Amino acid sequence: MDASAAKLIGAGIACIGMGGAGIGVGHIFGNYLAGALRNPAAAGAQFTNALIGAALAEGLGIFSLVVALLLLFVA
Amino acid sequence: MSGTTTTTEAPAPAEAPQEGMAGGMEGHEAPAEGHTTAEGGHKVFPPLDSSTFPSQILWLAVFFSLLYLLMSKLVLPRIEAILKKRHDHIQGDIATAQRLQKDTQAAIAAYEKELADAKARAHGIAEETRGRLQAETDAERHALEASLAKKVAAAEGKINTARDKAMAQVHDVAADSAIAIVEKLTGAKVSKAAALKASGGKA
Amino acid sequence: MANDPIHQFQIHDLTDKFHIGGYEFSFTNSALFMGATVLTITGFLLLAARKAELVPGKTQSVGELWYEMVHNMVRQVLGPEGKKFFPLVFSLFSFVLVANMLGMFPYFFTVTSQVVVTATLAVFVIVLVVLVGIWKHGLSWFKKLFIPHGVPLVILPFISLIEIISFLSRPVSLGLRLFGNMLAGHIVLKVFAGFVVSLGALGLGGMLGAIAPMFMAVALTALEFLVAFLQAFVFAILTCVYLNDALHPGH
Repeated sequence: MDASAAKLIGAGIACIGMGGAGIGVGHIFGNYLAGALRNPAAAGAQFTNALIGAALAEGLGIFSLVVALLLLFVA
Repeated sequence: MSGTTTTTEAPAPAEAPQEGMAGGMEGHEAPAEGHTTAEGGHKVFPPLDSSTFPSQILWLAVFFSLLYLLMSKLVLPRIEAILKKRHDHIQGDIATAQRLQKDTQAAIAAYEKELADAKARAHGIAEETRGRLQAETDAERHALEASLAKKVAAAEGKINTARDKAMAQVHDVAADSAIAIVEKLTGAKVSKAAALKASGGKA
Repeated sequence: MANDPIHQFQIHDLTDKFHIGGYEFSFTNSALFMGATVLTITGFLLLAARKAELVPGKTQSVGELWYEMVHNMVRQVLGPEGKKFFPLVFSLFSFVLVANMLGMFPYFFTVTSQVVVTATLAVFVIVLVVLVGIWKHGLSWFKKLFIPHGVPLVILPFISLIEIISFLSRPVSLGLRLFGNMLAGHIVLKVFAGFVVSLGALGLGGMLGAIAPMFMAVALTALEFLVAFLQAFVFAILTCVYLNDALHPGH
């Protein structure tokens, strides 16, 4: 296989990782919302924690995107 | 960024940036998509272009230090002063309001105490007046009752004497009638005293 | 060239290059927008604080909201000890926020889409955290951080290893998150805007077809404003969380 084609395929495969990050962020905000509807009084104090969790989960997805970009433009 | 350094197998850009760029060009002989070409004509993904790193770090350090100094010395103290002024003002207002509320409550308490006192005094006066009037009424009634009883007693005495007199006359009349009846029937004379005695009256 | 989604990240020299100690420096468009960021923050906040009214106007309200948001964040995460870090966290948050927001203007350069900028900020934060930790607790700070209490001795090596890896990945994730979000967002925006232009050039049918990516680009712009704010917030709050590890390790 041509090396540049392999790079493109590799970049595409790397982007699958972003789907996992999407699932993770969805879980975090879904569960936050479920908890917030059960106990709205405690929801405001935990929103920051939800954001931190979402940022941490999303960061991992961004890593796979960076890997894909590295494959496309650098490697 | 590690990717760039591995592909550019040239010395670090610190020593010879030009060589680093040339190395980068060699590392990209495989035709990628038509992304941009820098002035040098080499294809490097711009955010990962290590030749721009030193100047970016320098200017970031300069501008971020400047921002930190401006924020910590100039801007944040001003905003903090504004917020503190408002906070103090609000605290002052709350304290004033609490003091005024306390005054109001004291005034209400004093008013209620006055009211209670006045009520108690009014009640006392009413009680006293009623007692006095009651006593006067009682005295008048007693006097009236006494006079009435006296009048009743006098009337009863009069009635008794009249009745006694009447009863005495009844005996007298009965004795006279008995004498007359006896004389008519028997012709015998009965003394008045005997007749009286016989009729049950007193001689 | 116009439709190239990567072109917007190109760095140009605005002055002649100069050398200090073997390194090559120049005043670039990136540096220009760093300066613009600092100028915007300082100018806006000074404007907001100018009248110092008891009942704030619109500008002053925004400035106070800005201040109070970061202030509450620092107080909640770091406690009263964190007061001396407040200017730093405020500067970091404001710099990232305004740099992201300036990047949302067409033809403006996004400083935070340069990996070297975000990585420098992240490394600066982590180095600060390590220095504060050692200054507060001595070298036993590392022991407190990497050997948690109440962990059975059998699994302690694994836990410590995980803690060490987690600690070492902090600067990488902190820097790359912001960089990746900004880069990806701007590329996606540019790609969709490029669709609109390319389809529009095809004639009437193409113009009709361009409506969908047009709306997509509008929606993505809104999303990017949200992301611009959120990433600044996350950067600041993660700085607070890491500083909290330095102040109170082994919680």
